[in-house]
Amino acid sequence: MKILTKEEAKKIIDKVLAYSKADEMSVNLNGGRTGNIRYARNTVSTSGESENQSLAVTAVFGKKSGTATINEFDDASLEKTVRRAEEIARLAPENSEYMPILGPQTYLNTNTFSENTAKIDPNLRAKAALDSILPCREGKLTAAGYMEDTAGFSAMGNSKGLFAYNKATQVDFTITVRTDDGLGSGYGIQDFNDVALLNTKKVTEIAMQKAKASASAQALEPGKYTVILEPAAAVDLLQNMMRSMDARNADEGRSFLSKKGGETKLGEKLFDERVNIYSDPMNAEIPGSPFAGDGRPMEKISWIENGVVKNMTYSRFWADKKGVKATPPPNAFIMAGGDKSLADLIKSTDKGILVTRLWYIRAVDPQTLLYTGLTRDGTFYIENGKIKFPVKNFRFNESPVIMLNNLEEMGKPVRITGNLVPPLKIRDFTFSSLSDAV
Amino acid sequence: MKRRDFLQLSGLGIGAAMLPNIPVMGNNVSYEALLNGSMDVAVKKRLADAALNAAKSKGATYTDIRIGRYLNQFVVTREDKVQNIVNTESYGVGVRVIADGCWGFAAVVDAKSEADTARAAEEAVAIAKANAKLMKEPVSLAPQKGFGEVSWKTPIVKNAFEVPIQEKVDLLLGVNDAAIKNGANYVNSILFLVNEQKYFASSDGSYVDQDVHRTWPIFNVTCIDPKSGKFETRNALSAPMGMGYEYLQTNPKDKITGVTTRYNKGYDMLEDAIAAAQQAKAKLSAKSVEAGKYDLVLDPSHLWLTIHESVGHPLELDRVLGYEANFAGTSFATLDKWQSKNFNYGSKEVTLFADKTQVGSLGAVGWDDEGVKTKKWDLVKDGTLVNYQAIRDQAHIIGEKESHGCCYADSWSSVQFQRMANVSLAPGRTPLSVEEMIKDVKKGIYIIGDGSFSIDQQRYNFQFGGQLYYEIKDGKIGEMLKDVAYQSNTQEFWNSCSKICDDRDYRLGGSFFDGKGQPSQSSAVSHGSSTARFDGVNVINTGRKI
Repeated sequence: MKILTKEEAKKIIDKVLAYSKADEMSVNLNGGRTGNIRYARNTVSTSGESENQSLAVTAVFGKKSGTATINEFDDASLEKTVRRAEEIARLAPENSEYMPILGPQTYLNTNTFSENTAKIDPNLRAKAALDSILPCREGKLTAAGYMEDTAGFSAMGNSKGLFAYNKATQVDFTITVRTDDGLGSGYGIQDFNDVALLNTKKVTEIAMQKAKASASAQALEPGKYTVILEPAAAVDLLQNMMRSMDARNADEGRSFLSKKGGETKLGEKLFDERVNIYSDPMNAEIPGSPFAGDGRPMEKISWIENGVVKNMTYSRFWADKKGVKATPPPNAFIMAGGDKSLADLIKSTDKGILVTRLWYIRAVDPQTLLYTGLTRDGTFYIENGKIKFPVKNFRFNESPVIMLNNLEEMGKPVRITGNLVPPLKIRDFTFSSLSDAV
Repeated sequence: MKRRDFLQLSGLGIGAAMLPNIPVMGNNVSYEALLNGSMDVAVKKRLADAALNAAKSKGATYTDIRIGRYLNQFVVTREDKVQNIVNTESYGVGVRVIADGCWGFAAVVDAKSEADTARAAEEAVAIAKANAKLMKEPVSLAPQKGFGEVSWKTPIVKNAFEVPIQEKVDLLLGVNDAAIKNGANYVNSILFLVNEQKYFASSDGSYVDQDVHRTWPIFNVTCIDPKSGKFETRNALSAPMGMGYEYLQTNPKDKITGVTTRYNKGYDMLEDAIAAAQQAKAKLSAKSVEAGKYDLVLDPSHLWLTIHESVGHPLELDRVLGYEANFAGTSFATLDKWQSKNFNYGSKEVTLFADKTQVGSLGAVGWDDEGVKTKKWDLVKDGTLVNYQAIRDQAHIIGEKESHGCCYADSWSSVQFQRMANVSLAPGRTPLSVEEMIKDVKKGIYIIGDGSFSIDQQRYNFQFGGQLYYEIKDGKIGEMLKDVAYQSNTQEFWNSCSKICDDRDYRLGGSFFDGKGQPSQSSAVSHGSSTARFDGVNVINTGRKI
């Protein structure tokens, strides 16, 4: 479907609200287009495009709520959906944690939409894939990659007068290049709001270089090593930690932020003092939605400041119970770093291991945020400031909390899966076994 | 819908750590809508024929159409509260064709008329012809005879969608109450109910009407020691099943008693929740494991996941060939190893088979999503790698004349592709009970329930945790342990398998939402085994201080 303007979306939402007989009603209206192209063995395997639109109506009677959805917007369908939501709500069990809907809110004007991305067509996707496949074919390497683009809008309104609207675009690209003998593998990743910034050829060249350089890896003993985690390697562990900052879990005693005696670690220094993590929907490199799914405004929030836990995330219910501001979880985070490049970090390393990415990361212990997983697609031994040779992949068992206490150095943050993350040099990173995987 | 969205939807937080990807579910509907009958089979045949004819007239050499109605009901609770009840319905049509030697696919939501399905078919042909320009070699499809008009239904006793919602809410709140009364501080519980009503027709002359049911009750209890600030959890020992609500009707013959009660085809959720609360509490003061080599005795409620990761995935032919290289990875089980006819995947005790027909399993259907009649076949026979899992356009690569029948799409709107069949460990041939197995173990650990899991992109190195760990000393089960995870290498691990209990102990475990592909699709798959022993496996201690 076409991306509805703010006015068009508001007109539909207002019409829905006018049908309401419920105590409270809220409406979410979303629509857009998503397209993708996938390739493997140097040839396109699938590509497709789909459009979708969805209207969700939530009706509330007292503390009972019901949601009905529809993808047709004629008057009869809208009214039918309102009635159905009301019927479901009447039959629903009471939710003692139900919070009344929000009134009108003020939102930031974030810039998440790019006309370039909204205009992507199958030809552009095919070109992006060929720019990646052809150099691999020529270089006797095998490419497998995936590009996905979305362009859409999201609007919400409710019977207390709240209205929110945003349109956004996103393009994600990943590429794995393997040597034909299967002994080397390299990886590249990029994501943007504006597809004009995406260069699949350049990302593929990095993956090709890593594939060739990683062949014939040597085995090092597992143990504690100084590592340089490229942003693609650091982001997942950091993201897992950022998703574990829920205040209710901490207050209930089942979080890494819980302490004995029912207290939490809010306000305590838990990390190296150089660690600063925040979120900011206005950041030009990773602009974010101005509102959360329940209509709360998104704003700049500091989560970790000079190593101290500054904020936790709250549901509206829990914030109300605790009498604090209901800070929603961020859509993305920014870890502040320095000015150094990845090359500078390598140069300043006597002995260490460069990690391209981490894979199959799973929680082992939620109490300590211990995670396990493996290095993948380009792991190299560094000596005297230079990459010496490729090494076999390792399994790690490590906690981002311990990792951010063992911080040696940070580089310049780059955008990675929607976040801004610097390359990190970490001492005593725990590799517990070797993997034969390439 | 991604997992994180679902967590927000349910407000479940930590209790949902056990949930992987949740698929796109469709429109929210009323409870009653889930009980509406499926579309008349004669209407479906008309819609299908319109697509088959339209595609043929546009030049397709092969066409299949799937008319799907997918129903979900999820009931989500914590302690004394119902957090969410989700009822969804998704209906539409997907048409896949071969034209100019290349695949093309198109889907239409809410397709009700012959014009709708014909339009999808024409679009699929146009896409195939466009894609043919980028193709390196044409599709080679294993021949498949038509079956005419046939049908299949999961052999359920009680349709879970017909059970009143209040009964389900009462069950879960009762489970939560029992856990709290037995020492749990927090408890989350969920019922996942799925019904796929799918109609498949192809230009081979098959018209297959199937009604597939799946049920998964789960919970997670947490116990906290405020003095130390430590917490421990214990998840349900239930399995997701290809069954109706009868899975929740308990029967003494479905209980395996012992150090803790485990379940076969009937699950006593209340009893398990009571045990879970007591065991989570006991974990708080359990002995932290000493790292080292142990003989592991692995219960089927645990071993299913190790089978899934170290056998099911590496023996998917598309992974072996490199089609998943950019996402989940490739496989160590390369074609040359299979061709050698002597690749030693495991010890002589180990036979691993794929089976799309097993009653009660999540993967059981009559025909797969490209009209192939389902069957059972060996992957590893007496320790040797003998086969893969392949679909119609892959069968020729391994010299086979027909598909294995393991093609699946998670929605009418997704393209079907090769998905894991139920892959199971054959029970031991000589009579052996769990007690007899444990009697011979000098220094071991008995592991029950699935926990943390991670494996590399070629499926060599893995690490698994569980729910319950018991020390085995000189043939006897000793005290409870914690902080346990074992690491091994697939080939080394299966070669260390020294004993497998007989078929009296055979039970299913499984994955309700197994992810694969880009964009990711979800499928449900079971893995059966009897308790098995693995010698000298490396166990690490996962305890840390922060």
